[in-house]
Amino acid sequence: MTEALPRRRFLIGAAAGTAAVTTAGAFAAPDQALAAPEGAPQAAPRAPAPATAPAASAPEYVPEPMQVLTAAEAAFIGAAADAIIPADDLSPSGSDCGVVTYIDRQLAGAYGAGARLYRSGPFSTPQPGTGNQSPLAPLEFFRAGIAAANTWVKATYGKELDGLDGPQVAEALKAMDAGKAEFAAIGSKPFFNALLQMVMEGFFSDPMYGGNRGMASWRMIGYPGLPATYADKIETYRGKRYEAEPQSIADFS
Amino acid sequence: MVKKLKEVDAVLVGMGWTGSIMARELSRAGLSVVALERGASRVPGDDFTLPNIRDELRFSVRQELMQDPAQETVTFRHSADKTALPMRRFGAFLPGDGVGGMGTHWNAQTYRFLPSDHTLRSHLTERYGRKKIPDDMLIADWGVTYDELEGHYDRFEKLCGLSGKAGNIRGKIHPGGNPYEGWRSAEYPNKPLKPSLAGVMFGEAASGLGYHPFPAPAGNMSAPYVNPEGVRLGACQYCGHCERFGCEANAKSSPNTTLLPVLAKEAKVEIRDRCYASRLVYDKSGRKVTAVVYVDLRTGEEIEQPAGIVVLSAWVFGNTHMMLHSGIGRPYDPRTGKGVVGRNYCHQIQSAVGVFFQDKELNPFMGAGSLGMVIDDFNGDNFDHRDLDFLGGGYIALNSTNGRPILNRPVPPGTPRWGSEWKQATAQWYRRAASMNCQGSNYASRGNYLDLDPTYRDVLGRPLIRMTYNLTDNDRKMSAFLTEKGAGIAKAMGATHIAANPRKGDFDVVPYQSSHNTGGTPMGTDPSTSAVNRYLQSWDAHNLFVLGASVFPQNAGYNPTGAVGALSYWAADAVVNKYLKNPTHLMKA
Repeated sequence: MTEALPRRRFLIGAAAGTAAVTTAGAFAAPDQALAAPEGAPQAAPRAPAPATAPAASAPEYVPEPMQVLTAAEAAFIGAAADAIIPADDLSPSGSDCGVVTYIDRQLAGAYGAGARLYRSGPFSTPQPGTGNQSPLAPLEFFRAGIAAANTWVKATYGKELDGLDGPQVAEALKAMDAGKAEFAAIGSKPFFNALLQMVMEGFFSDPMYGGNRGMASWRMIGYPGLPATYADKIETYRGKRYEAEPQSIADFS
Repeated sequence: MVKKLKEVDAVLVGMGWTGSIMARELSRAGLSVVALERGASRVPGDDFTLPNIRDELRFSVRQELMQDPAQETVTFRHSADKTALPMRRFGAFLPGDGVGGMGTHWNAQTYRFLPSDHTLRSHLTERYGRKKIPDDMLIADWGVTYDELEGHYDRFEKLCGLSGKAGNIRGKIHPGGNPYEGWRSAEYPNKPLKPSLAGVMFGEAASGLGYHPFPAPAGNMSAPYVNPEGVRLGACQYCGHCERFGCEANAKSSPNTTLLPVLAKEAKVEIRDRCYASRLVYDKSGRKVTAVVYVDLRTGEEIEQPAGIVVLSAWVFGNTHMMLHSGIGRPYDPRTGKGVVGRNYCHQIQSAVGVFFQDKELNPFMGAGSLGMVIDDFNGDNFDHRDLDFLGGGYIALNSTNGRPILNRPVPPGTPRWGSEWKQATAQWYRRAASMNCQGSNYASRGNYLDLDPTYRDVLGRPLIRMTYNLTDNDRKMSAFLTEKGAGIAKAMGATHIAANPRKGDFDVVPYQSSHNTGGTPMGTDPSTSAVNRYLQSWDAHNLFVLGASVFPQNAGYNPTGAVGALSYWAADAVVNKYLKNPTHLMKA
C-alpha cells in the first residue's frame, strides 16, 4: 500500500485538477433553469468556481482515514479494487478512485450494521433461490470474508493479497469468483459477489459517498450525472453523442 | 391494553393507489374515512427535491422508499415439501411503503388488460376446448368483464393524465395505436412521449416484420396536465429517474400527484401515517369486520379503530396476510385444492433481450419510466395457440427508462464481470446498448400459493407470509417463445450483439425481476374458488372490501396498475351505489 501512494497521489491530483478547470465553465446552468417544469423546484444556481483556481493548485491527495476497516482489511480491499478496476487510460484504479473509502464508510454506517436486513433467526444454510442467509451484518460479513480470503491467499501464495503482484491478485480473485477458493465458513463466491457489488457501487455512485473521485467513472462512460433534464434534448440528440461535463450532487448542494 | 377509538364510517389499511381512490370516492359520498399507513408521509415538494432525489445509491440500490425487510419480509420456498427461508433483503420484487405506496416510485407504465384477460377461462375454453387448459392451471374469469370496466379504466387514465395513442376507439382501429386493445371510449388524455432513438429503431424494425408497434402508455406527462380532480401535473423532463424514485417535477402520475393534494383538503379524510395495522377484528357469526387494530409506531400504543366499512388497500402480501392472520376466509391448501385465501398467487415471467449497436449513440441516461415502443402481437391470446404447447404471452417493448450507472451498464455476452476487458467493454458499450423487455404473463398454478409461515415473525410478532412459488413448464415455454420473438426484432434492428435471456430453471428471489406480484385474495363468482366476489367484497365479511392486484386470478402480460386502478373505481362504485343503500352481501354465495 505504502509503495502505491505516490502514484495514487499523482493520479487523483490530476483528476481533481481537470474537474476544477472544466466546471469553471458555465455549462448547463442556463438551459437547466429553462427546462425546469412549472411549479417544480429548481436547482439552486451553482456557485461559480473561483477564477483563481488553476489546475496546478488542486489540493494534493491525502488518503482518507478509515472509520472501521483495519489497515490489513483496507489493504485487502485496495488490492482487490485495483484488480477489479485496474488503472489504464480509461480511469485511475479502483483505490485511486476512492473505492476503499467508499466501502469503509458504507460498512461504518447503517448499511454495515445491517439496516434494512431481516436478521431474525433461526438461521439456515441457503437453499437454491433463497439468497444469502448469513446471520452477520455486512460489516461482520466482510470482516469474516476478508479474514477467510487472506488465510486462503496466504496458504496458496505465501503472502496476503496486497503483497501479491497484479497478475497474482487477479488470479486469486478469479478463483474466488468461480467459487474455487476454499474458505472456511463463508463461501468464496458469495464473498466475492458482495465485494464486487461494493467495489462497483464505490466506482459508479455519486462522489459524495467517498468513491468515484473526480467522477472518473462517469467521465469514462459519458454519464453526465445531474441535473438530468432532457425534454429538450431527447430528440435533438438522437444518434448524436451528448457531451457534458458531469455534475454530482455536491455540485448542486 | 388496546385503546378503543370512536367508530368511523370507513377505515382503510394502506394508502397507495387503491386506498387513495377509495378514500376519495367514499369522502365524495359523505363518509368519514380513516386511512392507516404503516410508512411515512410523502409530499413531493418537501421530500422529492433536487439534487438528492437523483441519488442512485440511496433510492435505487438501498431502496429507501421501499418496505424495510427488517420490519416485515416474506419467506420463500419452491414447493410445499421444502422449508421456507426468509428473504433477508428484497430482490426479485420490492414491496412499497409510505403514503402513496408503490405508486410513488413506479415507472408509470399503465396498460389496460385485454378483454380476454378478464374472462380467461371462458375465452380459452371456447376457442380451444377444455382440454387445452392443464388441470393444475387455476386460471379463472374475473367475474367482471372488460365492457363493464371500460368506463373505470377511462376514469383512471384521466386521473393519471396518461400519455399515449389509442388503437381502438369504440371499435374503430386507429393507426399508430395498439390494434389489439379493447375498445376505448376516448383517446388518451395526453399525446405520446417523444420516443428515444432506441424506441424509434424498435418501432421501425417491428413494423418491418409486420408487427404493430405503438408508444407505451405512460403516466409520465408529455405536456403539463390538469386532471379531473383539478390537480396540476408538470411536464416530464426525461431525467431517467422514475422507478424507485419520487418525481421532483410532479410529472409522474402517483397518488401523491393526482389525489393526495385533494384528500389533504378533505375534512372527512384522516390519513394516519406511521400506523401499522396488525389485524382485523372479525365477527364470524355476523360475517362482519368490526374494527382494525393497529400500532402507532410513534408511541408504540396499540389502538382499535372501529368502522362500518373496512377496506384492505395494502399490497398483495399485506392484503393476503391480513385475511389469513385475522381468520377471514378459508386458507388455500394445495394438497386438496380447497380454500381460497392465498390461492392464485402469481408473479410475472419477464425476460430481457439486450441489444448493442456498434455505431449508434443512444444516450441511455435520457429516458422516462414509460418511454418506450411496444408490440402486443404476442400478448394474451392475440396469436393462435392451437399448435403451441403453452398458453399466455406478453408484450415486447423497448423502454428507455434509465442509464443510471451503478445498476445499468450492459456489456455484450461473454464479457468478464471485472478487470481490464470489462472496463474496456463498459466504456465502449454504455451509451450504445438498450434492453428489450418481454413482459410475460403468469397463469396461476395449483402449487403456487401464499400462507402463514410457521417459524418466522415480523416486527409486530405476526407470522410472516410464506410464498411457495416456482416457474411452471408453461411459463418456461411461453418465455422461450416470447424471447425468441424479441431476439428477432433485435436482429431486424441491426444489433451488433444480442443477449436474449429466456426464463429457465427455478425461481430465484435475489435478482430483481418485477414488482408485479398478484393473487392471494382472488376475485370471482364462485366462493369455493375466490376470496372476494365480483365487487371485491369478501364472501366472509360483507363490510370488507379488498383492493389491488391481490384479487387478480392470474397475471396478464402487462404491468398491473391500469387494471388495479380500474378495479378500484369499480369497487368504489359498488360500495357507494350498491352497498351503502343495502349493506349486505352484494352477490349470493
